[in-house]
Amino acid sequence: MNLDLTSRTGGGTATVTGGPAKAPPSSAPPAPAPPTDAPAPDTAAAAGLVPATQRRLGRGKSIPFGRLLGPLLIVLAWWGASAAGLLDPRKLSSPASVVTSAQELWVSGRLQESVQASLSRALLGLLIGVAAGLVLALASGLSRVGDAVVDGTLQVKRSIPNLALLPLLILWLGIGETMKVVVIALGVTVGIYINTHAALVSIDARYVELAEAQRLSRWQFLRKVVLPAALPGFFTGLRLAVTAAWLGLIVVEQINATSGIGYMMFQAQQYAQSGIILVGLVLYGAFGFASDALVRLVEGRVLSWRRTITA
Amino acid sequence: MATYDHRLSEGGPVAGSMDPAVRVSGLTRSFGDRQVLRDVDLTLARGEFTALLGRSGSGKSTLLRAVAGLDHTTVGTGEILVPRRVSLVFQDSRLLPWLRVLDNVVLGLPGDGAKERGRAALDEVGLGGRSSSWPHELSGGEQQRAALARSLVSEPELLLADEPFGALDALTRIRMHRLLRRLYERHRPAVLLVTHDVDEAVTLADRVLVLDDGDFVLDLRLDLPAGRDPGDPLFQRHRTTLLGALGALSDDRTKDPKEAS
Repeated sequence: MNLDLTSRTGGGTATVTGGPAKAPPSSAPPAPAPPTDAPAPDTAAAAGLVPATQRRLGRGKSIPFGRLLGPLLIVLAWWGASAAGLLDPRKLSSPASVVTSAQELWVSGRLQESVQASLSRALLGLLIGVAAGLVLALASGLSRVGDAVVDGTLQVKRSIPNLALLPLLILWLGIGETMKVVVIALGVTVGIYINTHAALVSIDARYVELAEAQRLSRWQFLRKVVLPAALPGFFTGLRLAVTAAWLGLIVVEQINATSGIGYMMFQAQQYAQSGIILVGLVLYGAFGFASDALVRLVEGRVLSWRRTITA
Repeated sequence: MATYDHRLSEGGPVAGSMDPAVRVSGLTRSFGDRQVLRDVDLTLARGEFTALLGRSGSGKSTLLRAVAGLDHTTVGTGEILVPRRVSLVFQDSRLLPWLRVLDNVVLGLPGDGAKERGRAALDEVGLGGRSSSWPHELSGGEQQRAALARSLVSEPELLLADEPFGALDALTRIRMHRLLRRLYERHRPAVLLVTHDVDEAVTLADRVLVLDDGDFVLDLRLDLPAGRDPGDPLFQRHRTTLLGALGALSDDRTKDPKEAS
């Protein structure tokens, strides 16, 4: 018990000179004389002992706003390269001229108009898709009949990229707003469905057993056990769905759009205004980043009972 | 006054003056070709604390799960009569991680006063101040105490426990033994405690059944005073009897054919 591993506090390593044991260097606090029977450092080394060290294999503390660091570094590099004259302004404008383009667009009102058109499209598609994905996941996750009818269909749909459906959707729905929202919603539905369904059907059998032992009604079982257990899966699906919504938006705004960020970029391409194209790209990136952060925030609040490696 | 499943009163004559809380007759259970329970009969009196001892694979958990009604995937025959209010304690505390401790305790408990009763049950197991904690914030022993509170809050007539202290450290287990015995004496449910620990059985139970290879080999009544002392010679004698019935004292070679050479 009184093994005095002074080599740790002293900072020095034990020496095996064979001479009389010495007290560690003066960095040690003015402690009372160690008990005489305490083994000297060189005895510890002889016994194969080493100073105790801490090992941490987790990821350590999170950096505040750390997720912004990567994008900021890229902007800095871009800025530096432009200022140094390494970039042809006709191919890639400098950050300063992108800011100027954005200001001009703001003053003319085109920026707000485009953002509003794009956001409402994406949001509407997202809402419809999340609702549809949830309803389908619950139908197939909670009943055998639903599973038989829905799951196979959705798994087939999953293997067909949305882009492959575009010709058919344009044929059916034309090239107007409806088609655009439907394309976005389709992509969202699949992400929500796959993840929520997987979570619903993989509930820990021990919890089902508990519910049976506690004589829960079917409704109580759903509310207290099934739905909370499926929430993490739903949020994984939601994060994928948000990404899918932006992806769908970008695709449909290339098709004969008359408003929105994509339309603004398409027009800029005609007049070789690389500044405006970059404004559009930055907007897409910022929206994607912000929406993901928002979902993470809500997820953290709702799933506060979880203790994971990110904590 | 406890109300019993009506089937109990119609179930034929009851042995002696015994007022049964559980009656199992002709119970057979198999997993594949292996018969785990062979025509088992069992009667537990009301308010009786019974320990079910057996080596692993003896069928003791299968019997408990059958009585708990949790073995709907197992093949078997037989009749099981139980009271209306049955509670079950698992080896793991099995608290739902997304419900706070109090909500876990009152899970499935009907009525307006559920929360109040849940708080009282938590007080009883010494967790009065932890009702709004998350389960993962409790220690292993505290989690198991919360599970005990959950099983007692419904005032069960029959408490089934499947090695409830098996995952706890030795010191915590001793404290849990005292707590369980105290709660039992206050609420007086019939208890069926499955364990493989002979000392646990002798410390807690008034009757010990030994199950081996699908049938009972011993039904031992313990007439030990309260506050049982492992140093008591009678305690030791019961312990030896039970270890003998479990085959722990005999030569290994006679029990395990693989060892014979």
